[in-house]
Amino acid sequence: MKIILNGEPREVSAQTLAALLDECGLPRRVATAVNERFVSADARGTVDLQDGDRVEVLGAMQGG
Amino acid sequence: MRAFYGTELANPLMLGTAQYPSPAILAQAFQASEAAVATVSLRREGADGAGNAFWQMIRKLGVHVLPNTAGCHTVKEAVTTAHMAREFFETPWIKLELIGHTDSLQPDVFQLVEAAKILSDEGFQVFPYTTEDLIVGERLLDAGCKVLMPWGAPIGSGRGLNNTYALRAMRAEFPDTPLVVDAGIGLPSHAAQAMELGFDAVLLNTAVARAGDPVLMAQAMAGAVEAGRLAHTADAIEPRDMAEASTPVIGKAFLS
Repeated sequence: MKIILNGEPREVSAQTLAALLDECGLPRRVATAVNERFVSADARGTVDLQDGDRVEVLGAMQGG
Repeated sequence: MRAFYGTELANPLMLGTAQYPSPAILAQAFQASEAAVATVSLRREGADGAGNAFWQMIRKLGVHVLPNTAGCHTVKEAVTTAHMAREFFETPWIKLELIGHTDSLQPDVFQLVEAAKILSDEGFQVFPYTTEDLIVGERLLDAGCKVLMPWGAPIGSGRGLNNTYALRAMRAEFPDTPLVVDAGIGLPSHAAQAMELGFDAVLLNTAVARAGDPVLMAQAMAGAVEAGRLAHTADAIEPRDMAEASTPVIGKAFLS
């Protein structure tokens, strides 16, 4: 399945958002969105990924 | 001092965390500034966990954290970013930025009011980055905001308070609302001026982070906001056009 992860196309086998974080070696302590909709940490295991999904995985960053 | 959604700040300085030469200088600048609030943001995280390392450092500062929606241009984008920030930073506080103009980074106040209403209804405690427009301020309060953050000048410009007349009018119009000058501060004198006008806090970043010596400038800003706060409390004199001798004339010797 091909998805877009943080703007980059990725071929992945993970079926859920939680599994995707593990497969890509991403920390659990992040904030996530799929197709521009917020997905809470609790819901990551129940969100099934579809081909072409746009996934955003965000962490803390310097800001003004 | 007016409370920010029930939180009394020990110090009227809110300091950004971007653009410092190094994390160590950022930490030292915070210490020197005595800032009570740190603004932070959310960006794409990689496998290296750089975001988490930064977050651990910010937590150690022991200050209130105010996440922003910097760079958002639409209501949807800002609202989604706010949801993500609330979960990640574990706070209902959100510095709501809706950018409307590329060169000046002027807020799009129409979308700002719309997003502020949505987020306030969802229990967020919104700190809206707005202009000095009184009617927009009223609309933001109607939307549920209990803080207003008008700009002094465009973000990062260091021009100070471009419209002191309007900022003074805002203070008079909203006597019970905590007001923060957010953006445009370049010098300690600008920060002091905002506090002299009766503002409750000053939010700045570039003026400290991009100074030749950020730690020294942070210390200067701390002194400036304290001087301005005291001056406002002390009830300054009104300016006048002509001189008024301060030395008494009575008892002056006749020597001419």
